[in-house]
Amino acid sequence: MVKVRGVSKQYGGKKVVDNVSLEIAKGKITSFIGPNGAGKSTLMSMISRLIAKDEGEVLIEDREIGQWKSGELAKKISILKQSNHINIRLTVRDLVNFGRFPYSQGRLNKEDEAYVDEAIRYMHLETMQNKFLDELSGGQKQRAFIAMVIAQNTEYVLLDEPLNNLDMNHSVQIMKVLRRLVDELGKTVVLVIHDINFASCYSDYIVALKDGKVVKEGTTDEIIEPSVLREVYDMEIPVQEIGGNKICVYFA
Amino acid sequence: MKKTLTILIALLIVLSITSLFIGASSMSLFDLFGPEGGEAWELLWISRIPRLVSIIIAGVSMSIVGLIMQQLTRNKFVSPTTAGTMDSASFGIMVALLLFTSAGALVKMSIAFVFALLGTYIFMAILNRVKYKDTIFIPLVGLMFGGIVSSATTFFAYKYNLIQSMSAWLYGDFSMIMQGRYELLFISVPLVAVSYIYANKFTVAGMGEEFSVNLGLNYKQVVNIGLGLVALVTSVVVLTVGSIPFLGLIIPNLVTIFRGDNLKGNLTYTALLGAVFVLACDILGRLIIYPYEVSIGLTVGVIGSGIFLYLLLRRKTYEQ
Repeated sequence: MVKVRGVSKQYGGKKVVDNVSLEIAKGKITSFIGPNGAGKSTLMSMISRLIAKDEGEVLIEDREIGQWKSGELAKKISILKQSNHINIRLTVRDLVNFGRFPYSQGRLNKEDEAYVDEAIRYMHLETMQNKFLDELSGGQKQRAFIAMVIAQNTEYVLLDEPLNNLDMNHSVQIMKVLRRLVDELGKTVVLVIHDINFASCYSDYIVALKDGKVVKEGTTDEIIEPSVLREVYDMEIPVQEIGGNKICVYFA
Repeated sequence: MKKTLTILIALLIVLSITSLFIGASSMSLFDLFGPEGGEAWELLWISRIPRLVSIIIAGVSMSIVGLIMQQLTRNKFVSPTTAGTMDSASFGIMVALLLFTSAGALVKMSIAFVFALLGTYIFMAILNRVKYKDTIFIPLVGLMFGGIVSSATTFFAYKYNLIQSMSAWLYGDFSMIMQGRYELLFISVPLVAVSYIYANKFTVAGMGEEFSVNLGLNYKQVVNIGLGLVALVTSVVVLTVGSIPFLGLIIPNLVTIFRGDNLKGNLTYTALLGAVFVLACDILGRLIIYPYEVSIGLTVGVIGSGIFLYLLLRRKTYEQ
């Protein structure tokens, strides 16, 4: 269980995240939604110790993240950010191998190899595992990075805007994989996501943020409501049910 | 890929043997095993073998630290030459000559190391502040920074009448290498071994701080160890051989073009290619105006800057 208690972060006198408390349920997909500058990414970075928090506590398995050894935490929680996608000429397999770094420090044993094979198979990357990352399309690259996180085999998987720059087909593919990670492998997935319809169709819980504060958190059903969305986004968002999913029609 | 490795090893052996039998005083296998072999053996032990060994160590270690530097800064054109490390090491040697006139090689090396490290950190600090992170702009900044350091070196050297002793360090030169004057270079051997041990960590660190933290790697520590290696190897080489420009830049680039950016797999190729390249340049320099010789700094400088230009242009077409 991840518990966030009274966490704040300031940049140049402005509170980007302001006294946020929440709990992330195990074995579920939780999405952070909200307008630009709501503090979603900052909050996620603090939960995963990428940036230091000014105030508050983040407890993972009832232990403050500051008290975890970074190497141990890397076996418990993983984070994938869009900015991680740097231009480096590694093969897909090399990249996925690095997912085992917390366990093997780079010297992979049989067990590590098995995890890597499994992750590559899971993301359907077998045929391109020896290709260089810079030869792949955006969607394939994203799958390779997710395969790395799968090989890292952490209970908690945090993804900051995993659908950025992906077309509809690839976005749906990625979201289905994340759903399978939760349903089949029992992972806990936390997302920062901009498209509220993807959040609506694939998450179990949603946390709506605005100006660094939690506006409302709850089940997807409770949050995808015109009254809540109005408060979060300052606009009228009609919600219609299509094929069992709640879809927000905010385009016109 | 095995084939490339075999070719490189074969080249290294052939060139090494060639190197042993080239020089102002002629010496052949026949001399070694002939009636007056003693003199020939002496020549071999005192001059030719030290020269060969120092060429190989310098070629291997400078290429490897260049590779590490490029990996850590995520910039293909950063190297001891293009980041001011080499010029800072020379500055350190000047300071050592000035303040500790009678200091031994180890003290000189330590002072050169401190300055090389300092210079590298200043470059890294500049790198962090530069908003415009163009792959070509950054090494230009480094070259300018190196130019400033180097002009300061020249200024003080003129002022205190050190220009003659300093110029020995401004240009790399293997002709002065003799038994008893190059052993400091052996410090680089364990440093190269360390780079193998840290290879994976350098690759992870090269993917960025957030990426490293996610995998539980102590990013700052690994970067510091890497830069320490770079500064130490550079100062040892500058002190014993002199500066060999562009070596740490072109060799790793040639390797990564073909093999990608996984440091661990690249180390051996980089090491071999570095040794072969410096050996070939040295042999060329010794033959071109035989029985005199052109210093290695000049030969590598000319050939290296040519390759550097080619890489720059190639990069441009590649990016567009």
